[in-house]
Amino acid sequence: MGKATRVSFGEALAELGEKYKNIVVLDADLAKSTKADLFEKKFPERFFPMGVAEANMIGVAAGLALTGFIPFICSFAVFVTGRYDTIRMSVAYNLANVKIVGTHAGIGIGEDGNSQMGLEDISLMRSLPNFVVIQPADDIETKKAVEFAVEYKGPVYLRLTRQNVEKINPDNYKFDFGKGVILKEGKDVAIFATGALVYNALKAAEELEKENISVKVINIHTIKPIDKELIIETAKNIRKIITAEDHNIISGLGSAVAEVLAENGISAKLKRIGLNDIFGESGSTSDLYKKYGFDINGLKNSVKNFI
Amino acid sequence: MEKDKELKLKNISKRVRINIIKMLSEAGSGHPGGSLSIVEILVYLFIEKIKRSRENALDENRDRFILSKGHGVPALYAILSEVGIINENELLTLRKLNSPLQGHPDRVKFPYVEASTGSLGQGLSIGLGMALGSKLKKSDFKVYVLIGDGELQEGQIWEAILKAPSLKLDNLIVFLDYNKLQLDRSINETTPLEPLFDKIKSFNWDVYEIDGHNFNDIEKVLENLKTNGKPKFIIAHTIKGKGVSFMENNNEWHGVAPTKEEALKAIKEIENG
Repeated sequence: MGKATRVSFGEALAELGEKYKNIVVLDADLAKSTKADLFEKKFPERFFPMGVAEANMIGVAAGLALTGFIPFICSFAVFVTGRYDTIRMSVAYNLANVKIVGTHAGIGIGEDGNSQMGLEDISLMRSLPNFVVIQPADDIETKKAVEFAVEYKGPVYLRLTRQNVEKINPDNYKFDFGKGVILKEGKDVAIFATGALVYNALKAAEELEKENISVKVINIHTIKPIDKELIIETAKNIRKIITAEDHNIISGLGSAVAEVLAENGISAKLKRIGLNDIFGESGSTSDLYKKYGFDINGLKNSVKNFI
Repeated sequence: MEKDKELKLKNISKRVRINIIKMLSEAGSGHPGGSLSIVEILVYLFIEKIKRSRENALDENRDRFILSKGHGVPALYAILSEVGIINENELLTLRKLNSPLQGHPDRVKFPYVEASTGSLGQGLSIGLGMALGSKLKKSDFKVYVLIGDGELQEGQIWEAILKAPSLKLDNLIVFLDYNKLQLDRSINETTPLEPLFDKIKSFNWDVYEIDGHNFNDIEKVLENLKTNGKPKFIIAHTIKGKGVSFMENNNEWHGVAPTKEEALKAIKEIENG
């Protein structure tokens, strides 16, 4: 059945709270949804319900960071990154050691519809100096990414899913910050995928193998800083590149890959899969992923049309 | 307050005002009005209360001061010069390339400002976080935040005002520089704040009202703050451009630097004032 990365996050944070006594968690009335409630149950004295007031929550986190704490701010991706100037000024410019956790990323959240969907958050957070942007793809990767965020000195944006995602990494997985993970080799097309679309890309590639189409699949968990070397090396050998993300195609993973290709003079054909500069809508996750071509079949068709 | 002490503070204030004028004139841009209105508050805090020095400037348990209205930073640099943290000559690098003395406070380039500010409405939340941090660490440092009156029009400020009492942050002391003018026009012609005392009080803060240029007032209010779980809000009535007659109560001097000639005139006035 898999597990939502927000759940993996909540579990990891509650565990890390024991070792790191300076972790504090700030919540904007969504702890049950972001799974920050798992931390609250164990460490109520280090959990602060800040109310439906995200901007103040961000600023308070900056102040806590500047006095030596490691604050985790938890909210929906769209609500927290919507307070952009506060993140820019109070966290990024202050170089405050704040970890922003944006859950409910992408159309994958389903029925609640566009207003609750984080669809531009990678773009926003990628543009802020001092921030790194991480989107894990399964349970173990999320847990390792949370641990990395705690140990990393500086602002982190962690993007998580509401919906369950299947396991793709082995139990002994090591999180290597800034490095893409090759999940499958291939020679006709390479897919750089992130978050919930990694599993679908991998399955699509496996099925396409039976149709004699060889697809390389790379999981990009660190969107900033992006793994330039791997992108360059891959594109030099495979001149057909696809990016896949549950996010606006403008300035997300696809743009990050395009920047690397263009700046390094690598001529490769590029297709960016994502939301084509539109808002989301209500529906089940599977219906939405089917409609927008994010499911296994949709990704297979994209590959076929592309080659 | 003893006469000697008051005289000492007044003399420091004069030097701070003169340095503000010199810095802004040299830079050719900046904000004189809202820098001159906060001088006495800063002088009292840094000299008598926080007792900032080069030695204790980055102590873990130091009292914090956040200038939420970041455009008033020339006043902050000038008082930091008085306590030995900035060399007086270095003040004249304000707003110049490669200077740590940025046009608005930048703690990464210059940690003694405590927090980078300049986008209005954000410093109070940072102060809340620091005051909460002080409580969590069972430390006893206090957090002073200076906000502007125009800044009270920002929504984030009210999120912070609404939240602070439930965190029982009686170690958080806010000064409002109530000079009644903002950039384009007066507060009252923009978005009036009154009845301000009652408004803040109704949010469960301890509220005080003082003359922000009177050292006796400032001292009295700071000496009588209660340890009762309530955050403190001090409405300091001030005069924008205080100390320079042609700048006083004139919003045209919100964000315009004096020419060399105007600066000389201003300095003469401050010296004789």
